[in-house]
Amino acid sequence: MALPLDYETLRIIWWGLLGVLLIGFALTDGFDLGVTALLPFVARDDAERRMVINSISATWEGNQVWFILGGGAIFAAWPFVYAVSFSGFYLAMFVVLAALILRPVGFKYRSKKPDPGWRSRWDWALFIGGFVPALVFGVAVGNVLTGIPFRLDGDLRAFYDGSFLGLFHPFSLLAGLLSVAMLVLHGASWLAIKVEHGPVHDRATRYGAIAAVLSVALFAIGGLMVWKGGMGFRIAGAVDALGPSNPRMTATVAAAGAWLDNYGRHPWMIVAPLLGFAGPLAALLGIRRKHEALAFGGSSLGAFGIIATVGLSMFPFILPSSIDPASSLTVWNSSSSHLTLFVMLLVTLVFLPIVLLYTAWVYKVLFGRVTAKDVASNPDYY
Amino acid sequence: MDMAIIELSRLQFALTALYHFLFVPLTLGLSFILVIMESIYVMTGREIWRTVTRFWGKLFGINFVLGVATGITMEFQFGTNWSYFSHYVGDIFGAPLAIEGLMAFFLEATFVGLMFFGWDKLSRLAHLFTTFMVAVGSNLSALWILVANGWMQHPVGSRFNPETMRMEVTDFMSVLFNPVAQAKFVHTVSAGYVTASVFVLGVSAWYLLRGRWTAVAKRSFTVAAAFGLASSLSVVVLGDESGYALTDNQKMKLAALEAMWHTEPAPAGIAIFGLPSLQGRETHFEVKIPYVLGLIATRSLTGEVTGIYELVAKAESRIESGIVAYDAVERLKVDRNDIAARERFETHKLDLGHAMLLKRFAADPRQATPEQIERAAWSTVPNVPVMFWVFRVMAGLGFFFIAFFLVAFYFSTRRRFDARWFLRAAVFIIPLPWIAAEFGWILAEVGRQPWAIEGVLPTFLGASSLTVPQLWTTIIGFTLLYGTLAVIEVRLMLAAIRKGPDEKHHDEEAEDGVVGGYAPLPAE
Repeated sequence: MALPLDYETLRIIWWGLLGVLLIGFALTDGFDLGVTALLPFVARDDAERRMVINSISATWEGNQVWFILGGGAIFAAWPFVYAVSFSGFYLAMFVVLAALILRPVGFKYRSKKPDPGWRSRWDWALFIGGFVPALVFGVAVGNVLTGIPFRLDGDLRAFYDGSFLGLFHPFSLLAGLLSVAMLVLHGASWLAIKVEHGPVHDRATRYGAIAAVLSVALFAIGGLMVWKGGMGFRIAGAVDALGPSNPRMTATVAAAGAWLDNYGRHPWMIVAPLLGFAGPLAALLGIRRKHEALAFGGSSLGAFGIIATVGLSMFPFILPSSIDPASSLTVWNSSSSHLTLFVMLLVTLVFLPIVLLYTAWVYKVLFGRVTAKDVASNPDYY
Repeated sequence: MDMAIIELSRLQFALTALYHFLFVPLTLGLSFILVIMESIYVMTGREIWRTVTRFWGKLFGINFVLGVATGITMEFQFGTNWSYFSHYVGDIFGAPLAIEGLMAFFLEATFVGLMFFGWDKLSRLAHLFTTFMVAVGSNLSALWILVANGWMQHPVGSRFNPETMRMEVTDFMSVLFNPVAQAKFVHTVSAGYVTASVFVLGVSAWYLLRGRWTAVAKRSFTVAAAFGLASSLSVVVLGDESGYALTDNQKMKLAALEAMWHTEPAPAGIAIFGLPSLQGRETHFEVKIPYVLGLIATRSLTGEVTGIYELVAKAESRIESGIVAYDAVERLKVDRNDIAARERFETHKLDLGHAMLLKRFAADPRQATPEQIERAAWSTVPNVPVMFWVFRVMAGLGFFFIAFFLVAFYFSTRRRFDARWFLRAAVFIIPLPWIAAEFGWILAEVGRQPWAIEGVLPTFLGASSLTVPQLWTTIIGFTLLYGTLAVIEVRLMLAAIRKGPDEKHHDEEAEDGVVGGYAPLPAE
């Protein structure tokens, strides 16, 4: 069957959609992670904590689907990436899943008993459910940039040399902290929009301002480390963008500094890192000027810019291998078949707009600030 | 190939999947029961039905969050623990999982928040719509998961591509309309409806026994009795067997659950008792009813139900044919333009998976001895005694639920809510649908062994390259976490049931037909 889009175009589209999903996750569930990571610090007593929790209680569940869908879409469109990354990051993945499992129960069960000890334990569970995934996602991205110690054999079975503790090195820790700062800023900006003016609001913006400054600083240091550390990989020899998805058929080498190559070839790509800086700065300005829409817009743009920077710097690499560069996964060698990419694109084009539409409707229904009065009087609130 | 890695990976998958499925059936069924209850509220405008809906909605919520929490693990476990499986079939298997997220889980999860928090923000009709979307979303979710699982049982619409060393899709429509997947979907969601009906009926019966919340309990009893009768008929009549006649391995599953070692002249009898022995490959103390199995399995008097010995002989010849395909793939790896190898591959490719069964007994399937081939052929027989008994328990419970709901339906139409023996029984049988559902999954998945993808990829080749300590870390970790959460969940559920609805309806009032008032209580 002749498909109206060629394999190369579909691979690029799906690389873009991978970015859309990751950014969609960061922009929506990102603020939930940030809000729960801030929970014990911005809210001191039970009434305050309930305000914070109820600022996201009705929508976090839908937001989390971006993460689930991200997993499913990587599986469907980039099966090699799904197979290699999640098993390669085995224990890190377990830590993330265990932390995320605490969230649904934390939100729901906390309110079921008035006992302060019970509630305080769930508050810390929610904190773990926000902070730990934010950190580990960043650490994982840091490791992807430096390369993952895996190789593929002739049957394309993946083997690993790494260890759990090996994931934590200066660059990946920096990436982890950047991820935390970025999502905490986003969560603080959300609270600034969603919670009534008062002590919680004030504390949230204060933490937000700190997180904004840290985001800019860590992003700059990260950029310097990529540049001075000479990180990067390059494909040696001819690229067959229409070829079969078989990593053993492409030749890849580690090449110092190659992560900056794309900006020389396509100067427009510099927009991404610029947004990575401008976004948090705009958020900081919004916080200072008490312009909350600007704060949230700025933190959103910042997350967009930072994630896009990672993707564009690495293109066409998705998962480079540090021990066997020839096993590296790229846009050209690790996708699903032509037909699957095409069918899944159609499905996405039909359903993603519908999802965005009803999500917008739900946010519209729930529009407005959470007040201490609501929390005290509405029996449905957590 | 370290079998400890395989066994531990299977153990973890079984534990997390069976645990996940403790919460799923109630979500599937209770969501539709909520839709029914809320529809009555919207149509009649009687506040008591709002109270009924909100009460069961609260229990729904306590259960729902654990379904979500444990579902997160499932979505990623293929990648973490079954890495080679994910590579080998991701081209087909990943699609239904992604579509599940996009069209089902998004719907369910986005609207569920509004369902809980939207009572005073939405009109009655808009709130009913929200509840309906949650029910549609969770049931569509089951559809896509079972499309994925159905493909593992009956892998249609795909072929092996030696250039990418994996299965690739050739026909999406046949994957979507896979008859095994369709049968499984109907069977599974019906089982969920039965579970929820038994739950609602049991809890209502407990209130009736105690004389508490009787206005809520009687209405809930009536809804559950009718919904339960319809779904218990559906779960048995539209049961799972329609797929068994399709392929060798589903035939093997049928033969195994019947412990039918040899083909019998049609129509075959069904064993209602027996002690199957794996060593002797025979069944002791068998008690058979003639003709019934042949009628059920083939829906004819002449259709044959193939026995295990005959299926093993067939597997042996498929292994021999598969070795040719395996050899061709190895040659194509060296030279993708080897035309002779390509031709041999095309002729024998359907049996490639069978050659891979040999990897458990021989390093290179091409060097396998006849004795190893025979062992590999016998490895296609799943655990017959487990299959035999698990099936009998599950099917027996299925028939029991029909009888149970017939009685419940009779009492509810006569408006007799005082038969204490029945109310007591209704409380005691609450755990039974969960046993039936879990046994159903054990039957389906143990029955698929030794395959991860039937006839395509043996389970023992699908696992990730992990270490035993890594696996124990996660198995113990998940067990502790899940165990703690299970204890908390059950306690909260019992507390919520003991507490009853938030809204105060004086039962006498409701009995007199007075519409009860609603006053929001401050949160706890």
